[in-house]
Amino acid sequence: MRRLEVLICSGTACQSSGSLHVKQALLQALADHDLASEVQLVETGCMGPCELGPVLLVYPEGTFYVRVRPEDAAEIVVEHFLKGRPVRRLLWTEGAPPPREIPFFARQKKLVLVNSGVIDPEKIEEYIAVGGYEALGRALTQMTPEQVIAEVKRSGLRGRGGAGFPTGAKWEAVRLALGTPKYVICNADEGDPGAFMDRAVLEGDPHSVLEGMAIAAYAVGANHGYIYVRAEYPLAVRRLEVAIAQARRLGVLGERIFDTDFSFDIELRMGAGAFVCGEETALIASIEGRRGEPRPRPPYPATSGLWGKPTLINNVETYANVRHIILGGAERFAAIGTAGSKGTKVFALAGKVKNTGLVEVPMGVTLRELIFDIGGGVPEGRAFKAVQIGGPSGGCLPASLLDVPVDYDSLREHGAIMGSGGLIVLDDAACMVNVAKFFLEFTADEACGKCIPCRVGTRMMLKILERIVRGEGTERDLEELQKLGEFMKSASLCGLGQTAPNPVLSTLRYFREEYLAHIHERACPAGVCPDLVHYGIVPDLCRACDACRRACPTGAAQGTPRQSPYRIVDSLCIRCGACLEVCPFGAVEKRPGQRG
Amino acid sequence: MDKETIIGRYPRSRDCLLSILHDLQEANPENYLTEGDLALAAAHVGLPLAAVHDAVTFYSMFSLRPRGRHIIRLCASPNCHLAGAWSALAELRTLLGVDVGGTTPDGLFTLELTSCLGVCGVAPVMMVDDEVVGNLTPDKVRQTIARYRGVG
Repeated sequence: MRRLEVLICSGTACQSSGSLHVKQALLQALADHDLASEVQLVETGCMGPCELGPVLLVYPEGTFYVRVRPEDAAEIVVEHFLKGRPVRRLLWTEGAPPPREIPFFARQKKLVLVNSGVIDPEKIEEYIAVGGYEALGRALTQMTPEQVIAEVKRSGLRGRGGAGFPTGAKWEAVRLALGTPKYVICNADEGDPGAFMDRAVLEGDPHSVLEGMAIAAYAVGANHGYIYVRAEYPLAVRRLEVAIAQARRLGVLGERIFDTDFSFDIELRMGAGAFVCGEETALIASIEGRRGEPRPRPPYPATSGLWGKPTLINNVETYANVRHIILGGAERFAAIGTAGSKGTKVFALAGKVKNTGLVEVPMGVTLRELIFDIGGGVPEGRAFKAVQIGGPSGGCLPASLLDVPVDYDSLREHGAIMGSGGLIVLDDAACMVNVAKFFLEFTADEACGKCIPCRVGTRMMLKILERIVRGEGTERDLEELQKLGEFMKSASLCGLGQTAPNPVLSTLRYFREEYLAHIHERACPAGVCPDLVHYGIVPDLCRACDACRRACPTGAAQGTPRQSPYRIVDSLCIRCGACLEVCPFGAVEKRPGQRG
Repeated sequence: MDKETIIGRYPRSRDCLLSILHDLQEANPENYLTEGDLALAAAHVGLPLAAVHDAVTFYSMFSLRPRGRHIIRLCASPNCHLAGAWSALAELRTLLGVDVGGTTPDGLFTLELTSCLGVCGVAPVMMVDDEVVGNLTPDKVRQTIARYRGVG
């Protein structure tokens, strides 16, 4: 008789923290105490709070353990499973509340992630037990393809890959396009720095994606599907392979699904490390075995895609939403969210925020709710400065915009985009010029080189930013950045180039004073840009202990032990910060500006 | 598994090119694609060799030069950068005695940088082959390298 169920998060993040060792240790401890028949261990997908991994959830009472080590296993088994007393030191919050009462979870509304962290992603039976493939059955046996499309249209679902194109309209375009065969593709080439929701869905609930694709294929009239997945996601690849094989075995993929005339199969195709392949036309080129370079649109893939045939491309999270629309109805889905953005959105919280990880919330919550109420705010001792939303295509928003509702339209209005939903929280230790430069370096590096506005524009903007962080910028440079950015937005061939200037343009808009400090005062207010800071020693605090001199790699920190205060010779200093780290008295200071 | 067997598992279709190349590269202990590999793949899917070259040189995960037995890919994306990827990089450089792109003289490791690996909740992150190692500190870098050196 099983009386307890232990869910162990086996997402990539928890695996990297050692969740598999914890599982082994638990199995061992259960065997030692003869409990193996009473306690069931289940490996699940991501539960959300990656920072706290490895995490465990014990049912029926729903005790949530965090940062569990293999050596904690015996204690959990004896104290909790045998004696019924939760191990207090491993609880996330005092009092062992079930997860739904912990603020991080309480504010969330889970649709896309409803099964992730709950079921074993490698067992199709568990997916079916929670209503899996019911939506596909209903669509195939009770609805016409047109009715499915009408339902998706009415739901107001928009593409979760970032641009927010109405999903139903896209499906209809493919349905109406002339040409056969038609294809359905899942874009699982999640490359935006700071975004990891697609990975979590693929690893935690792969069948929801297969089911969404099958429903889409029925709606548009396709019999063949591809999932284009990053080679950097080996665990997602493995779980997809398992899921596809199981779905074929049960007949929910393959010939005559549910005894209807509809046949559909899915194959995996791997990327090979190119960010631009997330752009749909580049992705198609890549599946065709070519360089992943975008091509001008129109024609859109809906009319001429893979091998020149009508092709539907949606993102992982978009497909994962489909079953909920078919099962619960368009009205129920559309009741969640805002006027123009329906349903939920999964956000990846990362950077300087207490609770990093994945959260799913109704569209239209504010940034403040996301970052402070759910994310727990910025760690002690630092202040919130900005949030970078939407990856390299997105923008940096300041504290004054924290009450902006997060949906496609309001973000665009403020110079960011929803993008894939990556949120990187920046504290006051970040230099916004440097952050903008960093994102631009990324896009310059990942640009495919096919079109001149992007290939040359990113380089030109980067050169200017490099000048500014060296302290050689002028006010004219800022005008130039603005001009180049606007030009790239209008003239680049694909979304990568059109959005690449966003991090720069948004920081120019909201953090102009930081640019001006770099230009006029030759100072980096955050003390990040190495050419615009210098190190000094506060004489009153220095005890001449010699620690800085021993740590300094270049002989810049000088003095005699137990004599007068030490000094740092600026011409020798390489700004490595070693002296600051080792000084036990806080006598070393990093000062904005060049040494006067 | 010999190369013919690897290739034989795939249909003669161009959309299998990248998967075939991944498999051939993985089967090579030096982690790269030889001219022979490219020719085999080209013949199998019915593309000119030049077209395969054209594709291969576009993707960062394919190498046309020998690399170490283990590929270390350190994430250099903004998030990991902000979380201190550079101290991990400094440690890797010191430990391995090579710079980014370099292979250790014993042929065990090649050090590479990568864009986001999508495990940002435990930044900074690196991958060693298919293993993700997160929350990197110089200490954790040392332990990981020692472990791989131990099992060789």
